[in-house]
Amino acid sequence: MDDIKINDTVDITDVVCPVTFVKAKVALEELEDGEILSVHMNDGEPVQNVPRSIKEEGHQILKLIDNEDGTYDLLVRKVEE
Amino acid sequence: MAVDYGTLKKGGFMRQKQKNNFSLRLRVVGGKLTARQLAKIAQVSEEYGDGYVHLTSRQSVEIPFIKLDQIDQVKEALAEGDVEPGVCGPRVRTVTACQGGAICPSGCIDTYALAKELDERYFARELPHKFKFGVTGCQNNCLKAEENDVGVKGGIKVKWRPEQCIQCGVCVKACRAQAITMEDGQIKIDGSRCNYCGRCTKACPADAYEETHGYIVSFGGLFGNSISKGEEIIPFIEDHDKLLKVCDAAIRFFEKNALAGERFKFTLDRVGREELEKAVKEVCENG
Repeated sequence: MDDIKINDTVDITDVVCPVTFVKAKVALEELEDGEILSVHMNDGEPVQNVPRSIKEEGHQILKLIDNEDGTYDLLVRKVEE
Repeated sequence: MAVDYGTLKKGGFMRQKQKNNFSLRLRVVGGKLTARQLAKIAQVSEEYGDGYVHLTSRQSVEIPFIKLDQIDQVKEALAEGDVEPGVCGPRVRTVTACQGGAICPSGCIDTYALAKELDERYFARELPHKFKFGVTGCQNNCLKAEENDVGVKGGIKVKWRPEQCIQCGVCVKACRAQAITMEDGQIKIDGSRCNYCGRCTKACPADAYEETHGYIVSFGGLFGNSISKGEEIIPFIEDHDKLLKVCDAAIRFFEKNALAGERFKFTLDRVGREELEKAVKEVCENG
């Protein structure tokens, strides 16, 4: 996954559902079409639900990285409508 | 003239404490009413009732304070707005449903279409006791399938498509049943854990799951004087026609075996649940 160039990161470990998704969505809005956002999230509810919500918004999910410390990084390519 | 309360009740008129007043239950399918129907219901409740309605626990609407001598006028007025009376008593009741796959992102089946079909097939059918169908779209179970005599729950059976998979790992985490593992890029699904919730395929960004939409059916639930959870016989019914055959078999079984005033659960307890299991498996295997 070294070939994926991350343009921006957002940490959603400091908020709870549904603000987790909102925070990720707002961060994606700041990006240009095709740019990549890394979303730092907690295990449990966020990692169960946030990837699907981002998919349903039409963005492209590339990878979920397990940091093995109870957090995950989700790499998302922004897709403009 | 003596009042035939039995006929009135059959036609959805529930006798009130207040003499000669009835709470009129309406026919509602899957919790859906059009604006036109609602406008007519509002008008009738103003003109013939007390200017309000009661929303029942099973997605119906009742108009209280309908007067005995105005019943025919009320029926006519309702018909102008495509509204019909519902039923009470020993027969197939309102078929309830959540919004399902047509509206809700979690839905695995078109619950409303199925509720309509079940309503057309069975509504008001005379039986030894009340008989309730409920249709819920997914494992979230907003419609509480298992509290019905026959409960239908939507599900998705999945099969991994390795050629599509990008090994992102999202499905492993999306699964709440811990049925999915990934090792060296290979996805394994533990069929004994999978509950057909469909969360894996709904979360999958790569279309890497083949989906079979189907039904999880429970029998003999009730939630009144006694409380009991409906139980499944077959884990997953893939075929829509097979589902209808299973529902037919359940109703036939109840019609044939139940004592008057006996709910499905108690018939199953008395006759033996294995007898229903035989009947259901038979239609599943032989159609």
